Amino acid sequence: MVPLDYYLVLSAMIFAIGAIGVLVRRNLIVVLMSVELMLNAVNLTFIAFSRYLGSMQGQVVVVFVMAVAAAEAVIGLAIIISVFRHRRSLDPQEMQLLKW
Amino acid sequence: MVTPTQAVTAVDFLRWMPLIPLLASLINIFLGSRLGKRTAGGLACAAVLASFAIAVYVFWLLPATGVFQDTVYTWFESGSFRIKLSFQVDALSAVMLLVVTGIGFLIHIYSLGYMAHDEGIIRFFVYLNLFIFFMLLLVMGDNLLVLFVGWEGVGLCSYLLIGFWYHDHNNTIAGNKAFIVNRIGDFGFLLGILLLVTELARQGVWTLDFMELQQHVNLLSPEKIALITLLLFVGATGKSAQIPLFVWLPDAMAGPTPVSALIHAATMVTAGAYMTARLHFLFSLAPEILSLIAIIGAATAFFAATVALTQNDIKRVLAYSTVSQLGYMFLALGIGAYSAAIFHLFTHAFFKACLFLGSGSVIHALDGEQDMRKMGGLRSRLPITYSTYLIATLAIAGVPFTAGFFSKDLILWQTYSSPHGSTGLWLIAWVTAGLTALYMFRQVFMVFHGNSRVDEHVKAHIHESPPVMTIPLVILALGSIFAGWLGAPEYLWGSRWDQWLGPIFGGAHEGAHGSLAEEINLTLMTLGISGLGFVLAYVAYARPSQLRDRLAALAGGAPYRLLLHKYYIDELYDFVVVRPFTYFSRWLAQVFDPGVIDGLVNAVARGAKGFSLVWREVQTGNVQHYLVGFLVGTLALLTYFLGQQ
Repeated sequence: MVPLDYYLVLSAMIFAIGAIGVLVRRNLIVVLMSVELMLNAVNLTFIAFSRYLGSMQGQVVVVFVMAVAAAEAVIGLAIIISVFRHRRSLDPQEMQLLKW
Repeated sequence: MVTPTQAVTAVDFLRWMPLIPLLASLINIFLGSRLGKRTAGGLACAAVLASFAIAVYVFWLLPATGVFQDTVYTWFESGSFRIKLSFQVDALSAVMLLVVTGIGFLIHIYSLGYMAHDEGIIRFFVYLNLFIFFMLLLVMGDNLLVLFVGWEGVGLCSYLLIGFWYHDHNNTIAGNKAFIVNRIGDFGFLLGILLLVTELARQGVWTLDFMELQQHVNLLSPEKIALITLLLFVGATGKSAQIPLFVWLPDAMAGPTPVSALIHAATMVTAGAYMTARLHFLFSLAPEILSLIAIIGAATAFFAATVALTQNDIKRVLAYSTVSQLGYMFLALGIGAYSAAIFHLFTHAFFKACLFLGSGSVIHALDGEQDMRKMGGLRSRLPITYSTYLIATLAIAGVPFTAGFFSKDLILWQTYSSPHGSTGLWLIAWVTAGLTALYMFRQVFMVFHGNSRVDEHVKAHIHESPPVMTIPLVILALGSIFAGWLGAPEYLWGSRWDQWLGPIFGGAHEGAHGSLAEEINLTLMTLGISGLGFVLAYVAYARPSQLRDRLAALAGGAPYRLLLHKYYIDELYDFVVVRPFTYFSRWLAQVFDPGVIDGLVNAVARGAKGFSLVWREVQTGNVQHYLVGFLVGTLALLTYFLGQQ
C-alpha cells in the first residue's frame, strides 16, 4: 500500500503548480485551469485521508467540491467569453479599471 | 439677619402691566403703517396709560408690608432648580412702577408732538413701548433671571433708540458704544448671578427668587458675598453710568430727546440703583463693597459735575448732570441709605425728565440747534418752556421746598451722620451740590437770558411748542416741586416716604444719628454753597462782565481744556482698550486666521494627501497582485497558528 505521505506530497506539488499558475499566467483561461488544478489537489488530499482514516466523510466532501468546481468552470468560462467579446484580450493585467 | 415678614397675596392682573405695552408694540410693528401715524402714536400712549392705571390701582391696594405676586408659568425646571416667569410688586417696585409708567406716559405724549414730523415715528413708538415692556419686566420680576431679561431688553431698546436716526453714522457709533460698554457691565452682572446660584447650590439651595434669596443669604460665606456683590455692582456701573463705565451716557444723547428723557434720565439708568436696592440684603452683608460703592458714587458725582461746567451742548450738560445725580444715588446706596437713594431716584425722574423735555422743546424751537453758544434770550419767546425749565433747575439745584432740596439734603445728611458715611464723602457731595447749581444756572442763563445769539435764518420762526409738548412739561414741573414733599425731614412735617419704604429695607436701613441742630446747620451749609454756585453763574453768564472775560482768558488754560475734553477719558479708553483691541482683531483677521487657523486645516489636508499618495500605490488593480497578498496572508496565518501548537 502506498503510504499517506506520497499522496500528500503529490497533492502539495499539484497545489503549488496550480497556485503559481493562478498568480503568474497572463491568460484567464489558463488561470481558470490552474484553479481546477488546485481544487483537484485538495480533492486528492481528502481522498487520501479518507482511505487512511477509513472514513467516508472525505469522499462526500470531494463529491461536493466536484459539483462546485463544475459550476465554477461554467460560470468562469461564461465570464471569460463575455470579457473577451468586450476587450479582445484575456490578459488579467489589462483589467484594472477599478484601480484608484 | 432678620427678614421682615411680608404678606404675599396672589393676584392675576400684574401680568397685564408689561403685556399691554408689548401688545401695542407688536400691533404697531405689523399694522402700524396701515393704522397711520396718529393712530399708532395714540395706541402707544393708550397702552402706557393703561399700564399706569394698573400701577396706580396696585399702589392703591398695596399695604406697605404686602407683596403682590402673579405667577404666569414655570419658565424652566431642572431638578430642584425651578425658575418661574413671575411678577411681584412690593413697596419698592410699586414706586418704580409709578415712575416708569407715569413719567413714561408723559414722555409718550410729548413724543407725539416732538416726533410728529419724523418719518419713523411708528418705529419710534414700537421701540418706546418695547422699552416700557422690558423696564416693567426688570422692575416687577420676582427673580434675578426675569430681572436680567428686562435688564438686557432695556439695553437693546436703548441701543435701538440711540441709533434711531441711523442715517447719520455718528449716531450708530454712539449706539454701538452704549451697547458695547453695557455688555461689559452685563457680563459682570451675569457672572455675579451665576456665582450666586452655584454658591447657594453648594449649600443645597437652588433659587434665584428674591424672597428665597433673602432667607438663605446667610448660608454664604462673607468672601463669596463680597465677590458676588462686586460683580453685580460692575453690572450696575454699566447700566447706571458710574465710573469707570459711564462713557456711553453722554454719547447716548445722539438719540431723540424724549429718549434721553425717558431712558437716559428717568428710568433705565436708574436700573442699577434699583437692582442694588432690591438686593440690599446681599449688599448689606458686604460692607467693604458698600464703601466702594459710596466712594465710586461720590467720585462720579463730583467728576461728572466738573465736566458739566464746560460743555456747550445743551443735552450734554444734562447728560453729565444725570451721571452726577446717579452718583448721588450710589453714594446713598453705599452708605446704606437705600430709602434715600430711591427717594432721589424718584424726584430726579421728575426734574431731569422735565429738563430733558424742556431742552427738547428748545431744540425743537430752534430747528435742531443744540449748541448753547447759539442760543440766549429765549425767555420771552418760549415762556412755558422757560418757566418749567427754571422750576426744574431750581429743583435740581436744591432750592428749599422743591423736590431736589428734600432728596439731596436727605442724602447729604445721611452721608454725614450715618455710621457708614464719613465727613470726606459728605465734603465731596457738598462741593458737588455747589457745582450742580453752577452748571445748571450757567445753562439757564446761556439759553434763556442775555442777548440772542441765534442764527438769523432760525430766528424768524422761533415758536413755543404745541400743547401736546408743553402740558407734560407743566405736569413734570409740578412734580419737580411737590414730589419731594413726601420725604420731608423730621423738623418739617416728617417723612411719609420712610414709612412706606422702611419695612422693605427693614434692618438694613440704619437711621441717621445726629442732633436736629446739626441737621439744620448742614442744610444751611448746602444752601450756602448752592447759592454761591448761583451767584457765580449769574455773574459769569447772565450779563457780559469782567469775570466772564477773565474766564475766557482762562479758557486757553490747561484745567479748562482738561474739563472741556472730559478729562480725556474717551481718549484714554480709546488708547488703552479700543485701539489695542482693534489692532489685535486686525492681527487675528489678517495674520492669525489665514496663517495659523487656515494653515492648520490645510496642513491636515496636505498630510492626508501625501500619505495617500504613498499608499495608493499598493492598489494596482491587478487581480494577480491581490491574490499574492491573499496567499501570503493565508500562509502567514497558517504558520502562526500551526506554530502555536
